[in-house]
Amino acid sequence: MSEPILRAEHLGITFGGLKAVSDFNMTIGKGELVGLIGPNGAGKTTVFNLLTGVYQPTEGEFFLDGKRMNGKKTYQVVRAGIARTFQNIRLFKQMTVEENVLVAFNESFTYKMGGAIFRTPRFWKQESDMHAKAIDLLRIFNLEGLANTEAANLPYGAQRKLEIARALATGMKLLLLDEPAAGMNPTETEDLLNCINTIRDRFGIAILLIEHDMSLVMNVCQRIQVLDYGRTIASGLPEEIANNPQVISAYLGSDDDTDSEEEN
Amino acid sequence: MKKSMLSIKQSYIVCAIGVVVLFGVLMGVCETGAVSLYVKGIIMTCCIAVIMTTSLNLTIGVLGQLTLGCCGFEAIGAYSAALFSKLLVANGVVMNDTVRFLLVTVAGGLVACIFGVLIGIPALRLHGDYLAIITLGFGEIIRVIIQNLKVAGGEGLDKGQQGQALIGIDRLANLYVVFWITVVTVVLLFMFARSRYGRAVKAIRDDEIAASASGINITYMKVLVFAISAFFAGIAGGIFAQYIGALTPSMAGWLQSINYVIMVVFGGMGSLTGSIVSAIGLTILPELLRAFSDYRMLVYSVVLVLIMIFRPQGIFGNWEFSLPKAINRIFYPKGKKGKNGDAGKAEATGVEETKEAKHE
Repeated sequence: MSEPILRAEHLGITFGGLKAVSDFNMTIGKGELVGLIGPNGAGKTTVFNLLTGVYQPTEGEFFLDGKRMNGKKTYQVVRAGIARTFQNIRLFKQMTVEENVLVAFNESFTYKMGGAIFRTPRFWKQESDMHAKAIDLLRIFNLEGLANTEAANLPYGAQRKLEIARALATGMKLLLLDEPAAGMNPTETEDLLNCINTIRDRFGIAILLIEHDMSLVMNVCQRIQVLDYGRTIASGLPEEIANNPQVISAYLGSDDDTDSEEEN
Repeated sequence: MKKSMLSIKQSYIVCAIGVVVLFGVLMGVCETGAVSLYVKGIIMTCCIAVIMTTSLNLTIGVLGQLTLGCCGFEAIGAYSAALFSKLLVANGVVMNDTVRFLLVTVAGGLVACIFGVLIGIPALRLHGDYLAIITLGFGEIIRVIIQNLKVAGGEGLDKGQQGQALIGIDRLANLYVVFWITVVTVVLLFMFARSRYGRAVKAIRDDEIAASASGINITYMKVLVFAISAFFAGIAGGIFAQYIGALTPSMAGWLQSINYVIMVVFGGMGSLTGSIVSAIGLTILPELLRAFSDYRMLVYSVVLVLIMIFRPQGIFGNWEFSLPKAINRIFYPKGKKGKNGDAGKAEATGVEETKEAKHE
């Protein structure tokens, strides 16, 4: 395999005295779908925040396509090719579905302020091209019929999908999905699963997925990495993870562990 | 897509026609002497208020950042324009009055814009209440500095004496020119708001974190919008200086700024057409109430309270005129305006058309 899409080396961050994430290593190749799981508070979202420039890592470094990303601001990271969705949906609520996607297309527009003010032919051309692209993208998620709906009025499942569509519109190479199935019913989850598979096949992007829905994770992920208290406790194929005793104890708590600690 | 583009372009033409007709009405009532100097003054004040309110709405309504220092920028524009105008006179530069008026006004706008960038960069790191307070602070700093500047009629910064009015500015403001400046301002703001820039700005208003996660450089866009607002506030100031002919530092006071914020909230946050209506309405209202001079401000306040109770989202909410409405309005109520000959009202409806026009 050539240069992986994402390579994180010994990534870590400390808040005050608290090591939220330490020695985080990960490589994701083109077209790979990797799961990141762990109990609540394990540092999964912190990893996402590190990879998208929301937090700056206090140790280690990470590379996108071989380019060092440390110290980049969020918008620079996004333009370089890492896009994300959020655990608690963050849409542009007062804007329409299509506008939400168009905002993410912003960087592929080249007309400048003058073009906007004088409504040059270039402006019209790009606006109509972008409109077509946006509708194409929405079609993948079956949202094209809702293009003119205000995002706040979408049903929950559609809001989740729109967030993914918006992330795709940034033209990224690596997509970070933060609990995309949270709060969804089984049908919606199924639907989402198909979406994720479709976009991975169609766009050939790499995906890093945080998810609590184990059946989803086990189904779609090619590899899984498990975090607990900011440290990687296991990494491997889904079936290996499912049978890993350390993972099981991290999730379910092991009676032996807690008892013995208390006794000590 | 082709079709809708065409119709957008047609709507621009319709709007342009609307603006021209409005201008014709304005010219008609002014040239035939149907309106007094007093009414012309009110129209002029309306134009200034429209420029201030629409540009402020870009920051408050579209970008979603509450600022209370807009009159600071207006004052910077006014004083720079005034001083520049005096400089031209002192150096014996001779040029056409209109050209000079425009030159001086734009100079005022540019100076205000520079200060907008300088103040915006630190101030826009804050949000919400904190931003409101810091801009309030900057506005007051501007007022106090102007009050003490020697060139602006003060005693010098080290003396700390209350300054006097800056007088003797050539009164070159011409109603027709000001009308067109207002139209151009509103058109520019519309074009900005309805482009990829406007979308990025609205995205920042709705969710900053998601906006930056969509690749938008938030700091840049915020400062850009702030600078645009400051530029047009400076333009408004430049017009004001050359209309009144004398300036006092109190124009930079926060009470004035809050007045414009009221107009923005009234018209509806994010609705430029709403801003135009409320700017004109709230400028005319106190004048209409002059007959009840004792109760004038009382009525004004009651109207404010009532509108906020019954229309908390402002007159227009975030809604703008739509094209079919624009056409309707241009073809039906227009005749009425021309006939009733009330310049204030004509102006008001007229500018509505302007907005409709822009609004596509």
